Amino acid sequence: MTSTPEYFRAPADWGPTDGKGFETADGAGHHGHAAYQPVLAAGSARRKELDELITRYPTKMAVLLPALWMVQHERGWVSEEGMAEVATVLELTPAYVKGVVSFYTMYHQHPVAKHFIQICTTSPCNACGAEDVVEAFLKHTHCEELGNTSPDGKFAVIEVECLGACGFATPVQINEDFIESVTPARVPEILAGLK
Amino acid sequence: MGYPHKSHERESVVLSRYFGDPEAATLDGWKKRGGYVALQKALSMSPAEIVTVVKDSGLRGRGGAGFPTGLKWSFMKPGDGKPHYLCCNADESEPGTFKDREIMRWTPHALVEGCAIGAYAIGAETAYIYIRGEFTEPLVKIENAIKEAYAAGILGKNAMGTGKTVNVWVHRGAGAYICGEETALMNSLEGRRGNPRIKPPFPAVSGVFAQPTTINNVETLVAVPHILNNGAEWYKQWMRADNPKSTGTKLYSVCGNVQRPGNYEVPMGFPFKDFLYDLCGGPLQGRQFKAIIPGGISVPIQTVAEAEASLMDYEGFVANGTMLGSGGVIIFDDAQNLVKQIARAARFFAHESCAQCTQCREGTAWTTKILERIVAGDGSPDDLDTLLEIGENMTGKTICVLSDSCATPVASGINKFRGDFEALIKKKKVHMVPAQVA
Repeated sequence: MTSTPEYFRAPADWGPTDGKGFETADGAGHHGHAAYQPVLAAGSARRKELDELITRYPTKMAVLLPALWMVQHERGWVSEEGMAEVATVLELTPAYVKGVVSFYTMYHQHPVAKHFIQICTTSPCNACGAEDVVEAFLKHTHCEELGNTSPDGKFAVIEVECLGACGFATPVQINEDFIESVTPARVPEILAGLK
Repeated sequence: MGYPHKSHERESVVLSRYFGDPEAATLDGWKKRGGYVALQKALSMSPAEIVTVVKDSGLRGRGGAGFPTGLKWSFMKPGDGKPHYLCCNADESEPGTFKDREIMRWTPHALVEGCAIGAYAIGAETAYIYIRGEFTEPLVKIENAIKEAYAAGILGKNAMGTGKTVNVWVHRGAGAYICGEETALMNSLEGRRGNPRIKPPFPAVSGVFAQPTTINNVETLVAVPHILNNGAEWYKQWMRADNPKSTGTKLYSVCGNVQRPGNYEVPMGFPFKDFLYDLCGGPLQGRQFKAIIPGGISVPIQTVAEAEASLMDYEGFVANGTMLGSGGVIIFDDAQNLVKQIARAARFFAHESCAQCTQCREGTAWTTKILERIVAGDGSPDDLDTLLEIGENMTGKTICVLSDSCATPVASGINKFRGDFEALIKKKKVHMVPAQVA
């Protein structure tokens, strides 16, 4: 038996460990070994968008959050290469950019499932049965546990702090979509709409 | 307007009048409903005149602190040669509060207009609306409204043909409760981690980009066009005869275990008991209200008897031992494990602490651990005193009030509902301890 603790080992389904990582939709590879495709290359649509944003602020650094959003929209997450690219464009250091990325919970620092399901379980929703909604999502997505990705790689379920729709308990955010008044009974129908 | 319910006859609907009306979100629809008349008027007035009207109206900040808006605006010294900025705080993340979300969803132009007037009044050419990252639908609505306003010449270098520059931009956050704190918001806007700053310097002296800045809540700014259109006296029709310090209407978000959750707009000084039973419909079938938090989860929790005696304005809630806060009314009924809900609230703060100050970083984490231990049936009789002591050390000792906000519901919960905590502790699990062998 190896003495490596379970949580240090890459899961068996993480693909080949030949240094190439495994393929993602954008061809970049999850381990970042495959060439990173720039999002903000000079002349690209995103770069033009960013340059336009910069004119709205007195400093270049102010568009850091919007630039990171662009990377996440294009690549699904913010890799170290993505941070480095943003740092170069905005004349910051990669370490500084990582410091900012790690502060905000909505930037993914690792690839996430296709449908990233966030369920509000803060007190007001909790009192209205949010935990039952969590359980229903875990069951129907086969994620079993919070933070896990489902075996088919499509879903991940996490609890999230107040989504600001407490009167419409329980709100659920799936990627950029916001669904109100979710009950356990509605979960199968919601998931069916995602596939 | 109790969206998603129909407006109740006892509401005084001003800001929420067009909730649920999709046409109000478009520029044409908003103009038909009297939109941008106030901005036109404001641009023909001097900034000082606008500040005077807002001061006279008695409008106070709706984000939680209740600072007089006109006074705040008057701190912005005209002609100091520096660029001024207006930040609109749309980072609504206080659990129990969802009024700004509805304002931005249904009436985004109302906010654009309020921001434009506010910016002009404080001598700023640019206003930034800092919206929380999770509000995807309100974000789209606001972005569209801004685009429409620029295309129609309402915003820009020659706003409404007056030759004055008014820019309004929206800036999306990325998931951090603390960015609703005004100095953290400014840091985040600048592209930094959202750590609150030490005050002084106050934002009016050195705010965003180190320039004089005013930060106002969404609901505050949305009230301004109405005040300009109708006058300060009109706004003061909504107040208690014996309390001229709170004026106007206030939006309350009602959530938790109640018949009709949603937003309600009532005049200052409205009796809370009528609000709970008449407007919100009282408790669910076969249940009883147990505990009520009237102003977002950061304010003291109350028993039903205490809460019912409140009059709904800044002074009324304070006189009764709690606070108006952000107007997020959270109701727990007798079917809830209150200790569990308070523990969940503490976990929220532990998660959202920026970890800058020791008292907050450690205090929120330990409070959560102890409370969750009690909920799991592993509490000890000393725990409650420990929690109160930790809470004391978390209050008034940090850069911002997140730490205090965590201590408040815990301390008030223990003081008001000590029996609930003790009942859980008494049910303590028995752990087998191996006997000591000599």
